Amino acid sequence: MTPAPTPRQLFVAFFQVAISGFGGTLPFARRMLVDKRAWLTPDDFTETLSLCQSLPGPNIVNMSIVVGARSAGALGSLCAFAGLVGAPVLIIITMGALYSRFSDVPQVRGALLGLGAAASGLLAATAVRTAEPLLRSRWKVAAPFVIAGFVGIVVLGAPLPYVLLALAPLSIAVSWWWKRRA
Amino acid sequence: MVEAAGVKSGDTLLALAAQFGGLSLIAFGGANALIPEIRHQSVDVHRWMTDQDFAALYAIAQACPGPNFLVSTLVGWKAAGLAGALVATAAMCGPSCLLTFWVAKAWDRYRETEWRAAVGGGLAPVTVGFVFASAFVLVRAADANWRLAAVSLLSAALAYFTKLNPVWWLLGAGAIGAFGVFGR
Repeated sequence: MTPAPTPRQLFVAFFQVAISGFGGTLPFARRMLVDKRAWLTPDDFTETLSLCQSLPGPNIVNMSIVVGARSAGALGSLCAFAGLVGAPVLIIITMGALYSRFSDVPQVRGALLGLGAAASGLLAATAVRTAEPLLRSRWKVAAPFVIAGFVGIVVLGAPLPYVLLALAPLSIAVSWWWKRRA
Repeated sequence: MVEAAGVKSGDTLLALAAQFGGLSLIAFGGANALIPEIRHQSVDVHRWMTDQDFAALYAIAQACPGPNFLVSTLVGWKAAGLAGALVATAAMCGPSCLLTFWVAKAWDRYRETEWRAAVGGGLAPVTVGFVFASAFVLVRAADANWRLAAVSLLSAALAYFTKLNPVWWLLGAGAIGAFGVFGR
């Protein structure tokens, strides 16, 4: 292990992760934190990722907070987070401004139709990809909750927080029971 | 489309802060699971934009680098200009980041506990169901004709079966669309 990174190094590293990661920053984060800078061992990375996944918020954002906090406290978290989101937020605001200005231009409307269709297809593939390991390892206990989550939102049209509140306690209880049993 | 920057009242900013601040703490897996709720609030409840606007903003967020919560930044922009973008971003990130910071400090004590594994294992399938719902809602909004449906299908297939960087075919679909192939 190399010495703990400074807030400045954290900012730079997460900035680089942010600008290289299109559509998914996690592989880039792994390359940066484990392979290039050696701030985390592969096991640390997996362990940290599982922590980040069980908390709300994008995994990569949570990872910037956790890695920052461990190396340099609150200032470390702040710098890692700022490095990660600063440039993307500026880029996206610029794009938003261009959209409000040019969304009436037929070519722009056409381009966004194509882009939107491709982006929605991409998310469908992501859904299938995330579902696979879950359904493979324990489909009997997982599938009912996948279906119930989908039905609650799409078929019943219920607000997401309510669906989550209704399903999560039961799903967590079942998961507890399943792990005990195994 | 009328430029929104700087002319909205504080009410819109408050609504943005309340909406995204609340969603922040239930954003397991990030913003992708929250799309139906964000769309519902932005299009049906607050009428900040049309369904097509929302689909376009989501598409723009996907084509830009960075974490998936950026769609909330764009919704904030559309609703209330620069201030809206900043408020929505802060509200979407703030609560979950504070929680993560606090938990990270306490984490080592609970490293291998059974309850943590049960919570993670229990939330995962519900979240996956929400991601399917998000995809469904977006596909429904985006696929106005068979050509667009074919693009979605092709995009899903490329993402599923290849390891190519999605940004290439996202931009490709946009470039083809600029010629009016999908309507305008």
